[in-house]
Amino acid sequence: MSTTTVTRAPAPTPAAPAGRTPAAEGRIGLRANLRHIGALVRRNALQIKQDPESMFDAVLMPIIFILLFVYVFGGAISGKGNNDAYVNYVAPGLMAMMGLNIAMAVGVGINDDIKKGVMDRFRTMPIARSSVLLAKIVVEVGRMMIATAILLGTGFLLGLDIKTSVLHLFAAIGLSVVFGASLMWIFILLGLTMKTAQAVQGMAMLVLMPLQFGSSIFAPPDSMPGWLKTFTDYNPLSNLADAARNLVNGGPVAESVWMTLGWAVAITVVTAPLAVAKFRKKT
Amino acid sequence: MTRTEHNAVEVRGLVKHYGDTKALDGVDLDVREGTVLGVLGPNGAGKTTLVRCLSTLIVPDAGTATVAGYDVVRHPRQLRRTIGLTGQYASVDEKLSGWENLYMIGRLLDLSRKDARRRADEMLERFSLTEAAKRAAMTYSGGMRRRLDLAASMIGQPAVLYLDEPTTGLDPRTRNEVWDEVRRMVGEGVTVLLTTQYMEEAEQLASELTVIDRGRVIANGGVDELKAKVGGRTLKVRPVDPADLPEMAAALRETGLDGIAGATVVPDEDALYVPILSDEQLTAVVGLFGARGYGIAHIGTHLPSLDEVFLAITGEKTHVSDTTPEEVTA
Repeated sequence: MSTTTVTRAPAPTPAAPAGRTPAAEGRIGLRANLRHIGALVRRNALQIKQDPESMFDAVLMPIIFILLFVYVFGGAISGKGNNDAYVNYVAPGLMAMMGLNIAMAVGVGINDDIKKGVMDRFRTMPIARSSVLLAKIVVEVGRMMIATAILLGTGFLLGLDIKTSVLHLFAAIGLSVVFGASLMWIFILLGLTMKTAQAVQGMAMLVLMPLQFGSSIFAPPDSMPGWLKTFTDYNPLSNLADAARNLVNGGPVAESVWMTLGWAVAITVVTAPLAVAKFRKKT
Repeated sequence: MTRTEHNAVEVRGLVKHYGDTKALDGVDLDVREGTVLGVLGPNGAGKTTLVRCLSTLIVPDAGTATVAGYDVVRHPRQLRRTIGLTGQYASVDEKLSGWENLYMIGRLLDLSRKDARRRADEMLERFSLTEAAKRAAMTYSGGMRRRLDLAASMIGQPAVLYLDEPTTGLDPRTRNEVWDEVRRMVGEGVTVLLTTQYMEEAEQLASELTVIDRGRVIANGGVDELKAKVGGRTLKVRPVDPADLPEMAAALRETGLDGIAGATVVPDEDALYVPILSDEQLTAVVGLFGARGYGIAHIGTHLPSLDEVFLAITGEKTHVSDTTPEEVTA
């Protein structure tokens, strides 16, 4: 390749505001970035308003899951008539699971967005490309909060009892949200990599099922065979479920909290840059 | 317009390969500031790849391209401030209303809330969408959608606008509406790079044409130059008695005139195709057949199709036999 670079006269740029050098113009400042993310969050929120059915997973799933587990498994696990005790066991774990399920929806949403031309428009605009992904995460975290609120509301009706303090409860919620947000990067990466939304969904299920059920979310791992118990012990969802459970019910939390935060940071540090790079190069 | 000596877009030796497919195989072109360049080519010629390179959506493998003085590879962010893209692919958010779409774009372009609101209202008014402002874009008709697309591209007052097959899939009336809007934008000094599969569209909007095929430029020049090369209109004549065809063609050949002397018989259609360079030639042909007493069952003129343009330029048919827009509904 031997292309001669022609030195050009200063470019005629009627759109560029006077007094700004091209170099400064190329940089996107923090305030501009926040403004862009804000505009894109508004877009995602308006989409939900236009299509309320898209909130079914966040609104109905927590109710269905907690009813199902408390009444179907609760008696079997904690003894007949002891469903109340199981609420306190499973509700904090379900908070962890909500994060996973909501995160899965992000992948499908991103995949769908790419197929519609609107993503191309964003990518031809002078905004940081990561702001499109960050806005998605902000909205999904909002959805996760709603799902958690509904889960806890239903839990209280079923006899959930916070044995520590409201602050501990908020800490448990915060931990679930932080971990859920880190999972979103994995699913964004999946959504950007896989060809169809169905493939994303299929792949997500494949990963989700063993992670969810091979954890301490639904039942204490003590009764599991050795190999499964090992898997369960190392499953980050177990860490999160244990942390949330002990925050709500009292008990040692330090190790499980740090493990969960460690996982969240590790997942984000690895997958977020990959996702942004993939999004940037997407053709 | 002054400053017409500047090129708003300069492309040199642009290459983009996808595996063995040479989507762009060394494309050169210029778009002078304030003019419309039509890029004509069949499906798969590389038109969309070209537009995607020039709008920083993909990075070329080799060659250079500058838009408003900014290099697509080295200064993509600055470049994005100067362009607008409308077409088959870049689109609006269907779930949002027309107004919300434009407001969002205004905010993404760093307009204040007040200015973004004002600009959204202005653009809706200008593209006759005020009544539909609050409806979700998914309820819009094809023409309204394209107009909203154009409005979205114009929010940032781009210096260069790419229109990627802007009327593919539209009915003729809607197509004319879009053409009117494009003319208006050009009137305001916007430089336009238009890709199209239709000779007619190129002729209507562009002052200069670049014809591409299989990732290469096969011809370029002024629209009139190219038309002269291609032969402008074609007259199709079907005589009452197909047996007259050879004699009719011979009679035209005897005139020795550039254009009509190139008449060819198409036996499959029992018809004679006559290249017409001027109205005088058309009159001459009709007069000649009348004087000789050939009975005519059907007569009509049409602009050359893309196939005929290619035939005239390259002497071969386009490799894509079907140039109708079939895959373009999203």
